[in-house]
Amino acid sequence: MAMNWPAVRAIYVFEMSRFLRTATQSILAPVISTSLYFVVFGAAIGSRMTMVDGVPYGLFIVPGLMMLSLLTQSITNASFGIYFPRFAGTIYEILSAPVSPVEVVLGFVGAAASKSILIGLIILATAALFVPLRIDHPVWMLAFLFLTAVTFSLFGFVIGLWADGFEKLQLVPLLIITPLTFLGGSFYAIEMLPPFWYTVSLLNPVVYLISGFRWAFFGQADVAIGVSLAMTLLFLTLCLAAVTYIFRTGYRLKS
Amino acid sequence: MQPILSIKNLSKTYASGLSALAEVDLDIARGEIFALLGPNGAGKSTLINIICGIVTPSTGTVTVDGHDIQRDYRAARAMIGLVPQELTTDAFETVRKTVSFSRGLFGLPKNPDHIERVLRDLSLWEKRDSRMMQLSGGMKRRVLIAKALAHEPRVLFLDEPTAGVDVELRQDMWRLVRRLREQGVTVILTTHYIEEAEEMADRVGVIRRGRIILVEEKAELMRKLGRKQLTLHLQTQLSELPESLAERGLELTGGGRELVYTYDSQGERTGITRLLNDLASSGIAFSDLQTRQSSLEDIFVDLVRERA
Ligand SMILES: Nc1ncnc2c1ncn2[C@@H]1O[C@H](COP(=O)(O)OP(=O)(O)OP(=O)(O)O)[C@@H](O)[C@H]1O
Ligand SMILES: [Mg+2]
Repeated sequence: MAMNWPAVRAIYVFEMSRFLRTATQSILAPVISTSLYFVVFGAAIGSRMTMVDGVPYGLFIVPGLMMLSLLTQSITNASFGIYFPRFAGTIYEILSAPVSPVEVVLGFVGAAASKSILIGLIILATAALFVPLRIDHPVWMLAFLFLTAVTFSLFGFVIGLWADGFEKLQLVPLLIITPLTFLGGSFYAIEMLPPFWYTVSLLNPVVYLISGFRWAFFGQADVAIGVSLAMTLLFLTLCLAAVTYIFRTGYRLKS
Repeated sequence: MQPILSIKNLSKTYASGLSALAEVDLDIARGEIFALLGPNGAGKSTLINIICGIVTPSTGTVTVDGHDIQRDYRAARAMIGLVPQELTTDAFETVRKTVSFSRGLFGLPKNPDHIERVLRDLSLWEKRDSRMMQLSGGMKRRVLIAKALAHEPRVLFLDEPTAGVDVELRQDMWRLVRRLREQGVTVILTTHYIEEAEEMADRVGVIRRGRIILVEEKAELMRKLGRKQLTLHLQTQLSELPESLAERGLELTGGGRELVYTYDSQGERTGITRLLNDLASSGIAFSDLQTRQSSLEDIFVDLVRERA
């Protein structure tokens, strides 16, 4: 049978309206935090460290800043989006509707990814107020933005299905994503690290995301762009596999 | 005619190892109102939740108008509306939005006229722009019903629709169910209020410890299992029954002031004439008398007790 598009749309619109209800907060928070990063990193540190790889430091941190928000927002939005109906019991309606897993994922993950892409663009616009922007490969920039948002929204969706309490929802972004992003070269090029830490950093998947994203901006990166792309797609595939497995087995959705 | 709902050998054992349903077979006819009765924990909600896709069955099959609920879940679910037992709502959504959302989930294009009709039928139109959290419990229950009707289902499940609901809403609900029946909608409801089943149902099923122990036309059930009682209020107090009247199924109650005679309402000879003659000849006079037919509730309590 054909796709149930009205259902995808209903879920998507429902999720987006939750976001828009708190629009001021949703938009203001990234604007303020970006501005703070610029004040602290851009002005305070940037004044001592003027150039990284031939890019002014203030500009250099823009891709990392966007990535940091993109990852945390995608995970938080998507995990909360599916966890909350499970917690409140309203999930019954989705389970009893003629909706396939693909449609559920499209609705929830689509909305979460849209939100974080929007926030990424808001951060970019905010950054433009502080530094003159330079984007060498705008299409690739948008492609990485999109791929990362989708991948980590899927990851968040999996967390939202796995979590059995609000603490667990916070746990992954807080304990894993934020450190990985900070240590993944958001604010420095990993080549600046001593050889040992450089090698350790290569185990950090976020390094590849940030590196690819930075390449889209400045045409240079910590690792080859092909590797970045491959790693992003690999992670996307892993998340898709996890979601498929969950729906196949009804894990934590049905008793 | 092919039943609209056909349940075959359905069993459910939860992950905890608890067996909530065992080998349930049940057919529901098109357009009937079926009441499922049973004590707490009997498996009523489990049965409904399996049919609606919320719980996975351990064994057995269910078809809705010929569509298997697992293989052909889209067609099966598209026909079904569910009002769950628990009041779960999206606190921040408005009534109209949450009801339209339900219609969308079922793959139907927007239809504001239908939504308005449903909301008006349930006296929710005035509240259409209120947020769910601003509504009383009874109002939320109405909204859940509106959500279930948003996609014009052919089969409606009401899992304890009148739990914690005032008299007015209960009567509204009964009216609604009758109207749905006129439109050919099949209604399956669970309830603890037996008067509800007595008032509305065409057929009654009794479930106990995961097994359906009885399915019967309501009228037939009440005829077969119903008993009548004749109560005589005596003029003078009796300390014990006279010998001539013993072994008659007579009971002396009310501090010796009442005689209760239980008889089978189906029997050709109820024995009432003979009883009254015997009373007269024993010199027992009575000041008043009344008869009472046992309700579905009495029958139900008997059934559940008998098979305990
Ligand atoms: N998700 C679950 N996991 C484990 N056991 C469950 C689950 N849901 C229900 N049960 C058990 O299954 C049995 C049947 O429950 P069910 O909710 O179907 O009963 P019910 O007839 O609807 O009762 P009530 O009248 O109280 O609503 C109960 O013993 C209940 O504790
Ligand atoms: Mg129940």
